Amino acid sequence: MYAFEFERPTTVEDAVKALASEDAQALGGGQTLIPTLKQRLAAPETLVSLGGIAEMKGVCIGDSGEVCIGGATTHATVSGEAGDYPALAELASHIGDPAVRNRGTIGGSLANNDPSACYPAAALGSNATIITNKRDIAADEYFQGMFTTALEEGEIITEVRFPVPEKANYQKFVQPASRFALVGVFVAKYSDGVRVAVTGASEEGVHRWSEAEEALSADFSADAISGLSVPADGLIGDLHGTPEYRAHLVKVLTGRAVTAAA
Amino acid sequence: MTQVSMTVNGKAVSGEVEGRTLLSGFLRDSLNLTGTHVGCDTSQCGACVVHVDGVAVKACTMLAGEAEGTEVTTIEGMANPDGSLSTIQQAFQDHHGLQCGFCTPGMVMSAAALLQDNPNPSETEIREYLEGNICRCTGYHNIVKAIMAAAGQDVSKIAAE
Repeated sequence: MYAFEFERPTTVEDAVKALASEDAQALGGGQTLIPTLKQRLAAPETLVSLGGIAEMKGVCIGDSGEVCIGGATTHATVSGEAGDYPALAELASHIGDPAVRNRGTIGGSLANNDPSACYPAAALGSNATIITNKRDIAADEYFQGMFTTALEEGEIITEVRFPVPEKANYQKFVQPASRFALVGVFVAKYSDGVRVAVTGASEEGVHRWSEAEEALSADFSADAISGLSVPADGLIGDLHGTPEYRAHLVKVLTGRAVTAAA
Repeated sequence: MTQVSMTVNGKAVSGEVEGRTLLSGFLRDSLNLTGTHVGCDTSQCGACVVHVDGVAVKACTMLAGEAEGTEVTTIEGMANPDGSLSTIQQAFQDHHGLQCGFCTPGMVMSAAALLQDNPNPSETEIREYLEGNICRCTGYHNIVKAIMAAAGQDVSKIAAE
């Protein structure tokens, strides 16, 4: 790692101030950023840990029944405490490995927006609201492509609010070496329709599969998508799978998620 | 350089660290607690697993500064007060849960974290819990067996492999 200054503020306000300095970078749980720093793929002057900010940790229920998760809440905590949204707790319980889940945070995962990460699928599939120190951002507006989000420089995810669906399920086809999703599909059925969010598949990062959403909103069964096909154009191709293989997985996993949720 | 203070294996410690100093580096280089092994240094192998405030973390993927004020337990803190091996450590020895021993500190720390949360895990649960700990000698079989034995399960019917 290149040398950097380390700061550990205890309030959001102080973190925002620290991040205003030149080449400052926020540090969530560090499970992606620290390996990135070791590879010298990033060289911040100052690293501002968000891990000491108590107000950004924990799970609670909002006024309209939504599950609210502080941006610095670890995957392990979400897994254990977000039982009001079982599909979300289940998703969190399968990110990385146990030691990674004890450090990695939801805010860090969403800010990084790795194209194969699990949380972006849950956030987009639930149209969660990403709350920052400046504003509220709907998930539909938040994800803007691989490793790209609506966050501005120095903006911090303080909380994420998930409206709880009637039914939901996440299916992940694990890439066995990295534990990331080769493809993951999050399906959530709300009273006003079904949302299907796909991670791991597209060169544009997490995205919705709108044809499946329409079909499943009319008939929430795996049969409803049997006539659909996913085009391989724009999907990721690498040594782990071709675009065609990923396209196939998107459909298979969507069907499995619907069956598991129903 | 900044000052960090924490409790390691029940003892208050402090030291000067750089911003980039990892917890694994602080433990090994400043405190001379070299039982915490650095295998891959890319957060894959789990040889560096320690407990921070009671939960398992990879010490190579946490900055020393992030451990300020925490309670850390390393493999050096696992033996019984009289120096004899803890139940888990003894089970690893009894059931040949190690060969070269490089991964063992991390395996023992992960096993201890698992048994703390789940005192009677199934074989499947043990294997799933160890997915972040890599061993290149044992094929995992005897590690899993040792952890089952440490949990008080009868492993006499499980074949040695």
